Amino acid sequence: MSEVMIDTGNYIAAKAAIMAKPEVVASYPITPQTTLVEGIANYVKSGEYKGEYICVESEHSAMAACIGASATGVRTFTGTSSHGLLLMHEMLHWAALARLPIVMCNINRVLGPGWNIWTDENDSISQRDTGWIQFYCSSNQEIFDTIIQSFKLAEHEKVNLPVMINYNAFILSHTSMPVYIPSQKEIDKYLPKRKALWELDIKNPVTMGNIILPAEYEKVRKDMQKSQEISKKLICDISAEWKKKIGRFHGDLLEFYKCTGAEYILLSMGAIGAESKAAIDNLRKEGFKIGLARVRTFRPFPKEEIIKLSKKAELIVIDRNISVGMEGALFTEIKASLYGKSDTKVHGFIAGLGGNDVTFEDIEKMCKKAIKGKTQKEQVWYGLEGV
Amino acid sequence: MKKYKIVTTLSYPKKGAMGKTGNWRVFKPKLDKDKCVKCLRCWIFCPEGTIIRNKDGTVDIDYDYCKGCGICANVCKVKAIKMDREAKRE
Repeated sequence: MSEVMIDTGNYIAAKAAIMAKPEVVASYPITPQTTLVEGIANYVKSGEYKGEYICVESEHSAMAACIGASATGVRTFTGTSSHGLLLMHEMLHWAALARLPIVMCNINRVLGPGWNIWTDENDSISQRDTGWIQFYCSSNQEIFDTIIQSFKLAEHEKVNLPVMINYNAFILSHTSMPVYIPSQKEIDKYLPKRKALWELDIKNPVTMGNIILPAEYEKVRKDMQKSQEISKKLICDISAEWKKKIGRFHGDLLEFYKCTGAEYILLSMGAIGAESKAAIDNLRKEGFKIGLARVRTFRPFPKEEIIKLSKKAELIVIDRNISVGMEGALFTEIKASLYGKSDTKVHGFIAGLGGNDVTFEDIEKMCKKAIKGKTQKEQVWYGLEGV
Repeated sequence: MKKYKIVTTLSYPKKGAMGKTGNWRVFKPKLDKDKCVKCLRCWIFCPEGTIIRNKDGTVDIDYDYCKGCGICANVCKVKAIKMDREAKRE
């Protein structure tokens, strides 16, 4: 029995978070995440959320509180955005290295200065190497479903890594959409209580994060890599189980749209990924053999699937981020995945930085430019250089 | 010890989990039992738990783990503990 809730991405995320029944939520408000924590605070007031809600003085403390709570063996949740995420940076590494399955929403917002609260993905992309699993959502329904699924993934005995669920500021965080909400009973059945591998317990003392020698440290890093690799298969299993039990599916590591017979594949993330579907529909109508592979997980990176796509098609990549001094991060990762496996052409675009709107018409223009082979540079700044 | 499916850093409390840390010492505390008044200030302040309390109320120093920080000598009211250079000058 599911009900339909029409609400913004943040309130939907708050609903998902409390339905996953975390024992501890610790969070600090920041635009545009504020309504997410307000949403949870409302559930505390109404009595629907019975866990511990910790008010902290900064995002660094929020993550530190989640680390402490998670180490006692309980389920933990938090949310942040932009500069808040950056303030957590040290603790993000700590959470992943300590193998704590914290789940966090990050609302993708521009970094300042110049001060700007609109969306781009530089905040989470710059946390790429922290060891966190990273999802990018393209609808409020996907936000809800991914939050529940993420607890299952993070807490899996072979994973034990934190998960970051990213979605775009305002485009998703403050836009209302209808979302199917499964019953609490269905969610409880899908997501049982966390079974921690170990926990801080005064009756059974253990030190976590203690000193280790170089040879041992290398093993810890390698095992994080192994768990990220294992999670590629687990993400497929966990989404398949959700599809079977709850009836909804948003793709595994990638979401494929009209890829059959495609000679060009567009790769994008987040809200641009959703907008791309409308662009693909129009381009298909015009006779272009093009499909979409929306990247849902940036970590683990869907290397194998992208190699497969490259065998039959040229790739067009839109990045809503820039690794200054190199290029868009998705563009880099895709080309690195193909090294020695495929020499298909990869066309890169940077679009939508600083919250600039990227409409289906913009996406169509970028695709046509790439298809006609008229991109002069390897990666084009769409908004500034046009097509 | 429990076996996990992941590799992480956990340590279960055990004497000398990090080896015999006494060999880090530069200065060695020497206790003059004739001066000692058994007040136990050294036992309270020792950060490493290396002051051993004997049944008769006297104390000894566990040189396997004492790192020679000198706090005991500093807090001793009757100057019963003296720090002697142990490491050789290069």
